[in-house]
Amino acid sequence: MTKRRIRVLVGKPGLDGHDRGAKTVATALRDRGMEVIYTGLHQTPDMIAEVALQEDVDVVGLSILSGAHLSLFPRVREQLEERGMGHVLLTGGGIIPSEDVESLTEHGFTRLFGPGTPTDEIADWIEEMMNEKWKGEEKPA
Amino acid sequence: MDAAETIAERLNAGDRSALARMISWAENGDERFPAALAEIFPAVGRAWRVGITGPPGAGKSTLTNALTSLLRERDRTVGVLAVDPSSPFSGGALLGDRIRMEERTTDPGVYIRSMASRGSHGGLARAATDSCDVMDAFGFDRILVETVGVGQAEYEVVGATDTVVVVLCPGAGDSIQAMKAGLLEVADVLVVNKSDLPGADRLLMDLEEAVTTRTIRRDGTDAGWKVPVIPVCASNGDGVSDLTDAIAAHREHLSSADLDSIRRLKRVAQVRSVVGERLDEVLFGEGDWAAHVEARLAAESTPYDVAAAVVTSILAGDSAMSDALGDGNR
Amino acid sequence: MKPSKTASAAAPDSAVQEARVEAHDARQRWEQAMAAASLRDVEFTTLSGTPLEAVYGPEDAGVDPDKDLGLPGQFPFTRGVHPSMYRGRLWTMRQFAGFGSASQTNERFKFLLDHGQTGLSVAFDFPTLMGYDSDDEISRGEVGQVGVAISSLADMETLMDGIPMDRVSTSMTINGPASILLAFYIACAENQGISPDKISGTVQNDILKEYQAQHAWLVPAEPALRMITDVMSHCASVAPRWNTISISGYHIREAGSTAAQELAFTLANGMEYVRRGVAAGMDVDSFAPRLSFFFDSHLDFFEEICKFRAARRIWARWMRDEVGARDPRSWMIRFHTQTAGVSLTAQQPENNIVRTAFEALAAVLGGTQSLHTNSMDETLSLPTEKAVKIALRTQQIIAEETEVAHVADPLAGSYFVEAQTNRLEADAQAYFAEIEKRGGVVACTESGYIQREIHRAAVAYTQAVEGGAKKIVGVNTYVEEADGKPEIDIHRIDPTVEEEQVSRLAELRKTRDAAAVTRELEAIRSACKDGGNLLERFIAAAHAYCTLGEITSVLREEFGKYEEPRIL
Repeated sequence: MTKRRIRVLVGKPGLDGHDRGAKTVATALRDRGMEVIYTGLHQTPDMIAEVALQEDVDVVGLSILSGAHLSLFPRVREQLEERGMGHVLLTGGGIIPSEDVESLTEHGFTRLFGPGTPTDEIADWIEEMMNEKWKGEEKPA
Repeated sequence: MDAAETIAERLNAGDRSALARMISWAENGDERFPAALAEIFPAVGRAWRVGITGPPGAGKSTLTNALTSLLRERDRTVGVLAVDPSSPFSGGALLGDRIRMEERTTDPGVYIRSMASRGSHGGLARAATDSCDVMDAFGFDRILVETVGVGQAEYEVVGATDTVVVVLCPGAGDSIQAMKAGLLEVADVLVVNKSDLPGADRLLMDLEEAVTTRTIRRDGTDAGWKVPVIPVCASNGDGVSDLTDAIAAHREHLSSADLDSIRRLKRVAQVRSVVGERLDEVLFGEGDWAAHVEARLAAESTPYDVAAAVVTSILAGDSAMSDALGDGNR
Repeated sequence: MKPSKTASAAAPDSAVQEARVEAHDARQRWEQAMAAASLRDVEFTTLSGTPLEAVYGPEDAGVDPDKDLGLPGQFPFTRGVHPSMYRGRLWTMRQFAGFGSASQTNERFKFLLDHGQTGLSVAFDFPTLMGYDSDDEISRGEVGQVGVAISSLADMETLMDGIPMDRVSTSMTINGPASILLAFYIACAENQGISPDKISGTVQNDILKEYQAQHAWLVPAEPALRMITDVMSHCASVAPRWNTISISGYHIREAGSTAAQELAFTLANGMEYVRRGVAAGMDVDSFAPRLSFFFDSHLDFFEEICKFRAARRIWARWMRDEVGARDPRSWMIRFHTQTAGVSLTAQQPENNIVRTAFEALAAVLGGTQSLHTNSMDETLSLPTEKAVKIALRTQQIIAEETEVAHVADPLAGSYFVEAQTNRLEADAQAYFAEIEKRGGVVACTESGYIQREIHRAAVAYTQAVEGGAKKIVGVNTYVEEADGKPEIDIHRIDPTVEEEQVSRLAELRKTRDAAAVTRELEAIRSACKDGGNLLERFIAAAHAYCTLGEITSVLREEFGKYEEPRIL
């Protein structure tokens, strides 16, 4: 079996045009051996979920600095669920006040990373979570 | 955990997530893949597969997008496989080709999948062929495989497609002399993209000249086919319908008898590549032959001697490595 | 540091020789001391990564004071664009503000003006920045979040209610749909009984840096550049006090570029606008005096000051000697500065007050005409009133208490400052040559060359911080564990803003003259095709209460949408 790689979708939902963080994280995850699909800017929740489906990604990471996270993140989750992609690991970052982080956790965003988080921390966490998940998958008969 | 039959069933029922999952299995060499493929294989063979390759900067993604748009206008469904190189250092990859095809994301008649080359030594060709088979079985009319023009990738995926389109564009470094070895030979159709730029006419002429004198392929798949050279401006769509005409003409040219034998040859190549991969995995992945080989090399046999001994032992059906190589721990 | 030459016509040769030997010895002793010294384990570079000498001497400066520096208000303007600099008039204290609804922002404007702010600067929300109405499906969740929502002249009237538009200058940070918002502003002034020749301010309107860095674009490059020249030519005749572009480096820097890249790409963009204006048939002196600039002021104190000085000199020489502009005002870079948003940390936010203060001081020592200081809480949300007041006081303390405003370009002649100014100028020239080689700034933007350069610098910086080579207090040094929740309040956008905007728009669409709207939108469509001045048409459409989204729909239909190239 070829070595399985963690496939991550880095998405920019909404009209926010600041992509320095998203591109930096995407590059860093690539340097950690992951396969990263970067969607580009101005994606609707529908578009992000569709890409996640087609690319059969393991992780969806959203980056947003425009304050619209409470509206957009849950809508992305909804669209993923609608497509049967409820199993993906959800994460994200940007400008998200800590009170909102708690509420987003309830929407399935297992962990969010604020400004200044080292990219290694993000990569470590994703690897840890995915290794757990893959270990937990039963072997077929 | 999904079983092969379940996924195959769902794919046959038109479930896109099953399509995506099967491609992942193909890519990862998942042990369920062969069984799932067997379930859907009868449906394979309908789609026309077009490879799109060429040097970086030639505008392949834009062209793939323009081609997809035109095909959609003509009511064809399209599966796209976009291949990008993996980093030789980390093994990871940035897969960003689909940015250029963003408007297609919500088109139900289009499916786009990004694939990393994964440092391929034949593995990419297999994964690409398998993915095309899956998309073919799913029911797409056309399958476009876009590869980056560096490394071995484009030669590998040639095996996965029926018509190979090589895309060039005028500008520094795209003269015939600068063209990568073999790129000209591999092309069934040549495209000069960004045909509105200075130098385009010159490049067209040079290419037209070059195709008349290029080496005929050893497998004869180009017998009697005159490679057309087509000017295109992918960003505004000019020339794209000429390109689809050329692809259709190539399809015509490969009459059904030829097509079957060409495809059969490609399948043989596919089997060979899978055999090679499988052996490597059995011996050195799952098995512990690497340690034995290392020991033998340390005892001063040349790599060629050691390799010959390995092959001999396999053919003799003898799996005891130390017997085959003699006692390396003198 | 090179050994200094002692020149003395009167001194005998032996004295000169002696002095030379002494200087050489001193140099050697210093080098030996440096070699023997134990140095801190730190990279001795600028923030941008350029290596620095331990000390600079007279030979490093490399300037001809008359040719390269001059005096303030005189070519090549290295020392400032006004003869009296801050003795005549302090820089404008212009805090960027905007959020929620037009009436909420109107209140914030009045608060700032009451507290001594001397000019307005408007921040728009993302839907407005991208040319969408507040009630567009794509605007859901985004209305009023990062700025004020302006969908029509009605909103602009609310925004400027009670503010004398002939006495207050207003800067509007808007790019893709800049000419439309400018049209709303002009129409609003006209409705206040003020003719456009009396209004002053700036519209950012710098589309090239949008494609390169800020990414709030609308239509592709050629039609976008045409709209910019339409603004330049229409304002030249009806609104001569209005700055038609704020050629910006701030966003390029915030996207991760180095100081040299910020300098080079900003000026390269500016040069392209000048070429376009001339190509559109305008006399360069008719529009160039109204071009303004906008730079970042980051934490490397000296690099920033040198960057501003280099910018002025490069532009002056290019405008006078290459373009042949004759009006000295065409040679001058007048610029606004904003302290670096990317330098702020979410950890220990009060430290940001200190960072902003250093950056503000650099901008003043660099001769800025106008300044925005960031608030300490901006990594968490939009600033609260308390935080923005401290930011404003920072500027006021510099102005009133540090005495730096009494002397123009006080750092001139410093060996280090002149050497760095020269170095930045040389780095910028190298980029100009590269851009030229690659077909010009538009080609470099469409191919993604500029974006990739910026991305590489951004990645290098991140790696330096994460590897520990670059220290940031509170983030990777002097870290405090109990940094979970900040102890400061943050600003929240009222969720009803969106609903109210939607109903306001519904009301507007009902009560306005539908026939006039249709007529004006058609007139815009014709102008797109036949080349008529679009700003003029937008002003007429503004008066008919056409909405922003209605106008941009026509533009997108006629010109297409901009599609970003692949960068990663």
